Amino acid sequence: MEFIIITLIKLGVVMAVFMTTLAYLQWVERKVIAHIQLRMGPSRVGPHGLLQPLADVIKLITKEGVVPPHVHKLFYLLAPFVAVTFALLAISVIPFGDEVEIAGYRTWLQLTDINVGILFILAASSMGVYGIALAGWASNNKYSLLGGLRSSAQMISYELPFTLAVASPLLLVNTLSLREIVQAQEGFLFGFLPNWTIFQGPFPQIVAFVVFLIAVFAETNRIPFDLPEAETELVAGFHTEYSSMKFAAFFMAEYANMVTAASLVTILFLGGWHPPLPREWGSDFIAPLIFLGAAAICFYHGLNPARRLDRYTLPAAGLVFAGIGGVFAFPAFKDALLPVFWFCAKTGLILFLFIWVRGTLPRFRFDQLMGFAWKVLFPVAMANLLLTSLAVALT
Amino acid sequence: MDVFLFFLFAAIAVICAVNVVVQTHPISSALSLVGVMGALAVLYLLLGGEFIAMAQVIVYAGAIMVLFIFVIMLLNAGEEAKQSKSLLAQFLGIPGFFALLAVLAFGILRLFPNSPRVRFGEFTSAGAEEVGRALFTQYLLPFEVVTVLILIAIVGAIVLARREMD
Repeated sequence: MEFIIITLIKLGVVMAVFMTTLAYLQWVERKVIAHIQLRMGPSRVGPHGLLQPLADVIKLITKEGVVPPHVHKLFYLLAPFVAVTFALLAISVIPFGDEVEIAGYRTWLQLTDINVGILFILAASSMGVYGIALAGWASNNKYSLLGGLRSSAQMISYELPFTLAVASPLLLVNTLSLREIVQAQEGFLFGFLPNWTIFQGPFPQIVAFVVFLIAVFAETNRIPFDLPEAETELVAGFHTEYSSMKFAAFFMAEYANMVTAASLVTILFLGGWHPPLPREWGSDFIAPLIFLGAAAICFYHGLNPARRLDRYTLPAAGLVFAGIGGVFAFPAFKDALLPVFWFCAKTGLILFLFIWVRGTLPRFRFDQLMGFAWKVLFPVAMANLLLTSLAVALT
Repeated sequence: MDVFLFFLFAAIAVICAVNVVVQTHPISSALSLVGVMGALAVLYLLLGGEFIAMAQVIVYAGAIMVLFIFVIMLLNAGEEAKQSKSLLAQFLGIPGFFALLAVLAFGILRLFPNSPRVRFGEFTSAGAEEVGRALFTQYLLPFEVVTVLILIAIVGAIVLARREMD
């Protein structure tokens, strides 16, 4: 009984946080891209456009859902459902933090730990292809069909380097459970270098890390590999014929895949919830210092406001930051929150990299994309896997 | 509980398998086949073979069936017309089906008269480690032969494709 209640609570918290992250990731993306391109970004709804995601959600829900007359109705309606289901499914095995004790009950900050967790994520992501392929085909539209075909071809091709790049760190940690993968990366080499798989002996996985990152960009259909929705060639690709919540489902699936992929990078290569510095070097103080620093900046700008409203909004934001920073002062909260903080920090950094790349790089051509996967990424990943297994076998 | 789950997913597998044959549109048939693969994966999971279940989803449902659907979409295959049934199929089809089922059931009962039922969680020797160990020690030769066979198929496909290009 206790187990069921705890699981339901965890489920609710993870769902709420995950959904909010998905909505606000889009705000962050628009804002960061805007600043890269010297624009303002969303700024009308709420202070700094902070309520924009809410407005978008209301807009998408209340819009009329048009079903064009020429579509294959069953598959047309099934496709966004499939895409979003398998995208949201993968979060259930991601470990966010260490074991914690809540009111005498010990539980892991993870929805479920299955002993083939990494394969579960691979399976969910490979099933997600159906959503896109079906959407392209069922729309009965040439742009959509081309987008869907491009997308499935791209995802099948990049699945190979993706899987090979996953396999090599697994050889070092010797398990398929995501929780045990993170646990195998605890500690420090030479007293300062974190024991993450990108640094771990006998064969550091830096090459696998880079290959995995590139393959993830292709798997999530992001720039520079966003050919399935290349606007100049295909209007909007596979979701050209979709509107209102059906369109939002594809949007959600894309961002959910991004978050899962970023968490997977963190877990496989960057040590999950383990801090990047030894505790003796003061890694415990980094999190509260960041939040208190943010609070100080907010207070300073609140006292010297650039706009009229800043006098009220910035001190309020500062109070929130100071409160979060203050929570770390309690030892009970600190032990539970620090791993979560490090996990979120690393995942957030990877997500920022996704957005940064989108603001920087142009799009590949389709033949370049395929040639790159088969002639560069695949041999490199294969060689890395063979060298890693040789090194592991020799030690 | 596991008996209920077994019959639920066995029923889903059978219904999807029948649907593969009954449907006239290639995409519907292919998607029903995906349903069969998924239900089979759940049955493997009920037997305690987590690794096999995930491999089933990744390889069959995630890779092979995607390629099937890909080809159907590329060829833009339309709905097939239902052909008039032959007299033989009309009158002997269903009795023949039940006769085949009876022979199969009889054979299985004869081969394994009273084997114990596998309960969920009891059978633990189908993890990734055990499968890998078996593949690379006991079944190394068959495994390598299959890889060579697949290589031959790939080479053959490339040769056929090149001939058409010339």
